[in-house]
Parts: sequence; structure tokens; C-alpha cells
Amino acid sequence: MPDEKKNFSRDSISNTLVVAIGVSLVCSVLVSAAAVVLRPAQERNQAEFRQRIVLEVAGLYDPGADIAAQFDRIDAHLVDLETGEYVEDIDPESFDAEAATNDPKLSVVVPAEYDIANLRRRTIYAPVYLVTDGDRIEQIILPVHGAGLWSTMRGFLAVEVDGNTIRGLRFYEHAETPGLGDQIDNESWLSQFPGKLLFDAAGEPRFEVVRGKAQPGPNAVHQVDGMSGATLTGNGVSNLIQYWSGPHGFGPYLNRITDKANGDG
Amino acid sequence: MAEERRVLIDPLIDDNPVMLQVLGICSALAVTTSLLPALIMCIAMTSVAAMSGATISILRNRIPNNIRIIVQITIIASFVIVVDQILKAYAFETSKQLSVFVGLIITNCIILGRAEAFAMSNGPGMSFLDGIGNGLGYSVVLISVAILRELFGAGSLLGVQILPLASNGGWYEANGLMLLPPSAFFIIGLLIWAVRSARPQQVEKPEYQIHEVHRTEVI
Repeated sequence: MPDEKKNFSRDSISNTLVVAIGVSLVCSVLVSAAAVVLRPAQERNQAEFRQRIVLEVAGLYDPGADIAAQFDRIDAHLVDLETGEYVEDIDPESFDAEAATNDPKLSVVVPAEYDIANLRRRTIYAPVYLVTDGDRIEQIILPVHGAGLWSTMRGFLAVEVDGNTIRGLRFYEHAETPGLGDQIDNESWLSQFPGKLLFDAAGEPRFEVVRGKAQPGPNAVHQVDGMSGATLTGNGVSNLIQYWSGPHGFGPYLNRITDKANGDG
Repeated sequence: MAEERRVLIDPLIDDNPVMLQVLGICSALAVTTSLLPALIMCIAMTSVAAMSGATISILRNRIPNNIRIIVQITIIASFVIVVDQILKAYAFETSKQLSVFVGLIITNCIILGRAEAFAMSNGPGMSFLDGIGNGLGYSVVLISVAILRELFGAGSLLGVQILPLASNGGWYEANGLMLLPPSAFFIIGLLIWAVRSARPQQVEKPEYQIHEVHRTEVI
């Protein structure tokens, strides 16, 4: 078609528009198709990764073995956060916390005086993971999240049956500053958490990541060292732990479990 | 056939995008602390270079001059997102390690450079081969750097312990500097030196020459 080529000007306005719109359309279809087709596989990876983090925070993770098989040791329950009671009629595995946050039937507005972790809304139910040895509960693993410096940090907090002593903390999702705030994934920083106490004698959530080094003193059992250059990320970690251990978070549930443990003991 | 071979083989050593043109250095520093992420990065980069080169070449007679860079970037970005999604689905662990660097392939000068310099004026087949060639040229450097860094920094290759570490009762004292970004600079510098010693035609003429100036001349 030599004639067509002669009349065709690729710098004309019409051709510019046609190419711009055509390329954008084709590329956007390609990108969205890839996102839709691959989503199930990605979500499977995410779910498996979350299970791995639960196992890691419990100190049970064995890199060589199948994650799903290891996860069988762990009992998942759904907790009504207001009462602290288990919800039996919903399968905890099928409960999608992130979707429920935006569902007015399944979530509530966090009152401003409680909202130290900057959540705005939270679901009325939340899953908890129990590591059990026979009938005895060994540790309780709570999902926690809250605002960091750049975006929401999501992780798991493992607590002893006394509902007070931390066993470990680990994050599976965050977007903190590489090299500074992302030290929240650093093993040696996280190794400070085990043994620290969530509550003071009066039952108030007191845990905090201090700025600089934690000083010896009466509060030292509630404190871990901050990360240099990441004070705001550290504050975010303090806030989310205080919120989720507090009366609007897992407080009622932890009280119930502790009373039961004490009553049985 | 000779032409195809030249397009494919030349970028490996003789016209290497990293060592001769010194492009794409940033990701070469970031993803070479161990071999596995470097390998995945090479595959991602090579496939994006080949596919975007071929696509841009197919459209080269239609792309208007004044928006050509935007069109090239759009095409490159789409392929990068697709590759990133595939990695998240099938190489989840490594994609976590590579984090933003797969996304940053979009801004890798090698890909845009080849699109502008080669794909805009050559056929799709040749542009595809050119993308593969340049991707492999980048890979040669990335893989050599990653092998040196993982071997001497962690005593292992692909996670398999080769040199028993002193901290685990072996004899090898790991060189922590190798795991830090500056070591990649040193290694790339040494590679460039080695290649230019073997191929002196790659050595550039100095931009300034120091002349001996006599006092009388100055006055």
C-alpha cells in the first residue's frame, strides 16, 4: 500500500491521538488481565506467608517442612472483640479482616480517645491463633496492625497465657523506610520483645518502644530500645501494641482467657 | 545470519551495556548481595528488554516523534508490571527480596536506551534479539558481581554453604563489606578495568590532556 504510506503522516494530530489512546488501552488491558489472572496465586502466597509469620512468631517454624502441615498445630478462633467471647458460627479461616474493615455491618468506628494507632475503623471480630499442648493453651497469637510512618504495619504478637508477657512480635506487611524503619523486621531488634510485659500492676497497657535506649528502672519491663532514625516507626509500634492490648482491642479477650487460666490453675 | 549473531553476541563483552556504556548501575548495586535475586532480576530484565524492543519496533513507523518517549515508557512499564505480577505469583520469596527493584526496571537506562537507539530504527525480530543480547550483557555483569559478593560476603552460593564460616566453626571469616553496596562499585570498577586491559580499543581518549607549559609561553 505505497499510496497510503505517502499520505500518512505519523506526526499529525490525529495519528498522535490514535497512537496515544491505542497504546494506553492495549497496555491497560494487558496490565489488568495479568493482575486478575494472577491474583489467586498471589493471594495463596500471601496467606501462606501469613501462616509462616504466625509460626515464626510462635517459635515453631521449621523451614524444611510444609507450612500448611505445621499450621495444623495451631487452633484458629474468631473473637468478638467487645465481649472477648469466641464466635462459633463463622469459620476463622474464611473471615477476611481487610474486607470486613470497610463493611459497616462488620466494623465499628474506633472512638478518637482510643484511636492511638490511627485505625479509624476496626472489625468487630478478629481471629486469634492458639498454640496448644493437649488441653493446655501455650501461647496466644494476636493479629495487630496500626499506622507506621508511611502506611499500615501488619503483624502478629505472641503472648503467654498470663495475657501479659510478650513471647514475640513479627510483621508481615509494612512500607517503612528501607534501612531505617524497616529494622522492625530485624531479628536482633525483635529479640528484645520476648519477656516484656504489656500491662502495669493496675492493668493499664504500658508497652512502649522508647526513643534511644531503654533505661533501667521500674518501667524497663515495658520498654524496648528504639531504632535510630526511625522514631516515628517506633511510636507506631508502641501505639499499635497499646491499642490492641487495650480495652478497645484484645483487652476483654485477654482478661477472659487469663481469668479462665487462673480459675483452672 | 552474521548480523543476528552480532546483535546477540556483541553486548556480552565488546559492547556491554554496563561495562562499556556504564548504564543500569543502580540495580547492579542493589540486587547483587546474593545470587538468586540477581538471577531472577536478570531474567526479568532480559524478558522486558526483548518484549518491549519487539513491541516498540512493530509500532516504530506509527509512533509520532513528539510523544515517542512517552509511548516507549508506557510499553516498557506495562511489561514490567506484568513481570512483577508473575514474580509475586510464582517467585514470592525472591520478589519480596527484590522489592522495588523489579518496578525500577522501568527506569533502567539500558531498556529505554535500546528502545530509542535500536528498536525505533530496526525490525521487530532484530530488536527482540537486541533486547535479549543487552539483557544477557547486563546479566553477565550482575551474575559475576553476585557470585563474588555472595561467595566472599556470606561464604555461600545460591544459599548453599561453600566456604564454612568461622562463626559456625569453619575457617572462613566472612567479609561483611561484600554485602554492603560499595563493594558492588569496587567489583564493577575492577571488571571494567579487566575488560579494558584485555580489549584496549574500549579505552576512551582522555577528555583533557595535561601539557607541559613553559613560563615564557604563559607570558
